[in-house]
Amino acid sequence: MTPERARELLATVAGVTVAATPPAPIVAQVLTEHWLDAARYAKATLGCTYFSFLTAIDWKADGLEIVVWVDNLDAKLSVQLRTRLGAGQTTCASIVPVYRGANWMERECFDMFGVQFVGHPDPRRILLADDWQGHPLLKSYAVDTPHPPYR
Amino acid sequence: MSGFSSLPPALQATIMSAAVLGALIGILAYVTLLERKFAARLQSRIGPYRVGPHGLLQPIADGVKLLLKEDLIPASADRPVFNLAPIVFLVPCLLIFATIPFAPGIGVADLNAGVLFFLAISSLEIVGLFMAGWGSNNKYALLSAMRAVNQIISYDLPFLFSALVPVMLAGSLRLSDIAAAQAGLWFIAYPVIGQLAFLAFVITAVAAENRAPFDILEAESELVAGFRVEYSGMKFAIIQLAEYAHVLGTSFLGALLFLGAWAGPGPAWLGPVWFLFKALFVFLLLTWVRWSFVRIRVDQILRVSWKLMLPATLLLLFATAAVIVWRTPHA
Amino acid sequence: MPDVRAIDYAGSERLTMNMGPQHPSAHGVFRAILTLEGETVVGVDAVIGYLHRCHEKLAENLAYVQYPTIASKTDYVAAMSSELAYVMAAEQIAKVEVPKRAQYLRVLVGELQRIASHCLWLGTWCMDMGGALGGGATIFLYCIRERELVLDLFEALVGARLLYGFHQVGGVRYDLPEGWTDLCRRTIDLIDSRVDEYEHMLADNPFFDMRTKGVGVISRELAQDVGISGPLLRGSGVDFDLRRAYPYSSYEDFEFRVPVETAGDCYARYHVRMVEFRQSARIVRQVLDGLPEGPISSRPGVKSLAQVKVPKGEAYARVEGPRGEVGCYLVADGSNKPYRMKWRGASFSNLSVLPHILVGASVADVVAIMGSVDPVFGEVDR
Repeated sequence: MTPERARELLATVAGVTVAATPPAPIVAQVLTEHWLDAARYAKATLGCTYFSFLTAIDWKADGLEIVVWVDNLDAKLSVQLRTRLGAGQTTCASIVPVYRGANWMERECFDMFGVQFVGHPDPRRILLADDWQGHPLLKSYAVDTPHPPYR
Repeated sequence: MSGFSSLPPALQATIMSAAVLGALIGILAYVTLLERKFAARLQSRIGPYRVGPHGLLQPIADGVKLLLKEDLIPASADRPVFNLAPIVFLVPCLLIFATIPFAPGIGVADLNAGVLFFLAISSLEIVGLFMAGWGSNNKYALLSAMRAVNQIISYDLPFLFSALVPVMLAGSLRLSDIAAAQAGLWFIAYPVIGQLAFLAFVITAVAAENRAPFDILEAESELVAGFRVEYSGMKFAIIQLAEYAHVLGTSFLGALLFLGAWAGPGPAWLGPVWFLFKALFVFLLLTWVRWSFVRIRVDQILRVSWKLMLPATLLLLFATAAVIVWRTPHA
Repeated sequence: MPDVRAIDYAGSERLTMNMGPQHPSAHGVFRAILTLEGETVVGVDAVIGYLHRCHEKLAENLAYVQYPTIASKTDYVAAMSSELAYVMAAEQIAKVEVPKRAQYLRVLVGELQRIASHCLWLGTWCMDMGGALGGGATIFLYCIRERELVLDLFEALVGARLLYGFHQVGGVRYDLPEGWTDLCRRTIDLIDSRVDEYEHMLADNPFFDMRTKGVGVISRELAQDVGISGPLLRGSGVDFDLRRAYPYSSYEDFEFRVPVETAGDCYARYHVRMVEFRQSARIVRQVLDGLPEGPISSRPGVKSLAQVKVPKGEAYARVEGPRGEVGCYLVADGSNKPYRMKWRGASFSNLSVLPHILVGASVADVVAIMGSVDPVFGEVDR
């Protein structure tokens, strides 16, 4: 499994567009409906068994984007899977059935961005208190938003 | 001492007990300082230094501090059990000194079955320990008390067997007889059997007193002080005193059984001093082990006891018996 | 929830025990709600977030020149690798050249930091297993004594012992003072000999073996799936070290061995870290021998906040910290502040393996396993 081969294979998956640059990592834009399949493909066929991280970016008017980075350690291959949830959308499929490391990462995404992961075994806030209102890392959340009794 | 022996026996006993108890508490206070200084030097630091010259007033400062502390009792604790536990824990630990002769003729009560009395009474501390754990109404304390009962009961048997080796070699359970029988050769110097018995004694003593590496019951990194977690102030001081008294008592027993008690060069009145030094030597041996090893899990401790120490000490007893029979000329 | 309540012995013996945020071996603020049956853990709920300061929101509001000092507060035990990840991400997007001397200095402090961090790990782990009043404390004090020597070196170099502000976009901020290299060599030699002593104390110690062999086994497959890294991954048989696989900051110039063990238990992880002690010392000596002359930064003398602007782009910079893969995923928008920064803390992923391996262990093992995972909660909670 070389990076070039991985690029070719990934481009054949439904709903996936592989970016031309940069050469590494391989950046694949995935349609939200095919998110889980893309993750399965990366693990099973591309051999990316190492889960690095999962996060989200708030693009303001364009909505949220989920970014996942996985590695094939033996082939020194890094794959970045991205999916745009669309303006105002907050649901996404959970990839916990594929990568167990996504468990806490998706909880953090929910905590910070309000993304609901469908199929997550334990959808609770992880870093903030259970009674916190709002999702701090959204661009619409001001840095000095008050939340009694915390300052 | 003729004036003393002319007093009624009850009064003699009372005065002797008071004297021993007084001396004991004084020595115990400074034994804690000794342990702290010894541990500090092992860890490349100095230990208590500020209170008094070279920290010599530290035990007194600690005592005063604990006296002045607030006596907290948890709201849902079982009050009678909680309050009685330190005392029930302390009494056996002090009572073990009753049978130890500090010099030929000096001692509170030199019983015929001295060794047996010592070991039986010292096991009674388990009752106080469990009372403390139960009365605290705290999960950590209860968990620790259960582990303690398990551990002490398991190790009392090999402890007894290893203490029986000098008894067999001396032919008597009376402690002063055992000490006198070592006039020619200390029991620890007996080829193989003496050393093995001493080794077994030290190991089982460490375990029966809940000292590291067998101190799983007060593993503060897991159970945060174990059965003593809810105690503060003077009750805590009493529990600490009892623990150190037990360790020191076992050290005295070890010095008497294996190291010849009061035998030593110099005049006869120097005997008790030598005895004290030998007891402190055993104590420091136990302390050295405590400050050098990580602790093992409770199931591993029990495994060591039942699968290793018990068969080993039993074998040692049989071997001792065989040696004695072989050595005794058939009259 | 209060721990004090009547204990219910009806039915099964399940006990819920709280290893609360204040606990001598929590390694920081960590709450594990354990469900116990006797002494065996049958369920664990790991509650984190007590140290959450929202670094990621902070990074969106602080300029590239301001944030490196704050970045050191994620993994505060190994602050040098934390700062390096952020600064490298910004440099990757802006395509900033880092002078050779600065790269070597980065390697130097990174490896010294690894030694100091592993000293702390060994001391606290043995203290957890041996008790603060017992043999564990002895090893703890010895290791802290060695760590102090390394921190003295850092103090001479940077002025701070724990949290530095050593890295900046384009290089480093401080150069080696007079006589520092000799002091460093002597310190490294001393630490090498002391580590031999510790290995001798622990390696064939039957008590230590009983506590660590076969305890907390992480399988190779679980390790990669959860995303643990560093000594945990290498202790489970995966030969992956970022310094070898994706060399950064001139690591390809140095010779060192990457230890790999297959057992996956606490002892394997212990052995990996002990070898790393020696290899870090080896790298430090190589750096000192081959340190080139030259500038220490390609962007010296930062005077104003607006000075460092990073053009639009994204990058993920990964550093092999003492705990594993510390990564900074940066999205830049052309201004002097990042648009989005995701901090991939090594301890966050490492800690998330706990619910998978604690079930079936005994309470005493929980402590040994947590120590061998070596979490730092600044990284977990950010």
